[in-house]
Amino acid sequence: MTAHLLFFYTFAFVAVFSSIMVITSKNTVHSVFFLILDFISISCLFIMIGAEFLGMMMLIVYVGAVAVLFLFVVMMLNVSQQQNQWFSSKGASTHIPIGLLVGAVIFFELIIVIGGWKYKPNILSTSLLKISSETTNTHSIGSVLYTDYIHVFQLSGMILLVAMIGAIVLTFRQRSGLKRQSYFKQISRERSDSVKLTDVESKKGVKIDD
Amino acid sequence: MIEIGLGHYLTLGAIIFTIGIVGIFLNRKNIIVILMSIELILLSVNINLVSFSIFTNDLVGQIFTLFILTVAAAEAAIGLAIIVVYYRNSGTIGVEEIDKLKG
Repeated sequence: MTAHLLFFYTFAFVAVFSSIMVITSKNTVHSVFFLILDFISISCLFIMIGAEFLGMMMLIVYVGAVAVLFLFVVMMLNVSQQQNQWFSSKGASTHIPIGLLVGAVIFFELIIVIGGWKYKPNILSTSLLKISSETTNTHSIGSVLYTDYIHVFQLSGMILLVAMIGAIVLTFRQRSGLKRQSYFKQISRERSDSVKLTDVESKKGVKIDD
Repeated sequence: MIEIGLGHYLTLGAIIFTIGIVGIFLNRKNIIVILMSIELILLSVNINLVSFSIFTNDLVGQIFTLFILTVAAAEAAIGLAIIVVYYRNSGTIGVEEIDKLKG
């Protein structure tokens, strides 16, 4: 139990610290690194609490795909040269204290809700899908995801397809002055279009018009 | 000895959620950091769903976390594509410089 406590506080502290560093570090590349650290510590928490499949999914999807995508974009756009200081930006912005105030209010509201919240007495008997202790986490998720939630699952696949097509359409650029292959022209070209056989008379030659 | 309960995880989720919102408000650098703050907010929602799922012994929360993960990945891809296009058109993605709508 002590190890549990120690691990929870370690991972939680690392998560909070790195998420603070995400929003405050001056270099955007460092922000992405701290975002990766945040994802890793939260996925460790997930694995510790008993949701192993989701923890591993977080590692694969967030660290392996999303964070690397962020890193690519940050390094491609060269944003590290256009960084501004926080408090010395032009116009002496008034929205920094107001933003802090709104953030504090939101935090205290959430804490009040969490602190004053009580379980419904028979909450454990009303659960829709009980987590059984015999099967593994991955097994139980898989047995539900492809049967009861198959439509939602396919809908999320559609969302990913739309995102892929949207990203390609957005960033696709037709350059002018670039010679491209035209498959249709190549395939539909025939012998009569390009080759002509002529009998050349002696000492007269042939006139080629091109 | 305090036992780690649901309240601990909810408090952690609340802290990370607040950090994400404050990051959106206070950002003076570029839009990519705002996208990262949105990722933080989605992460805290995931923490809430998973901890409720474990502590109430119900699997639905974990399944919805999976769908939130999907939507977050799609949103990050589209958002970064929009940022790349904007940078190509206008040469900057600083928060202060993006004022074409005069808001």
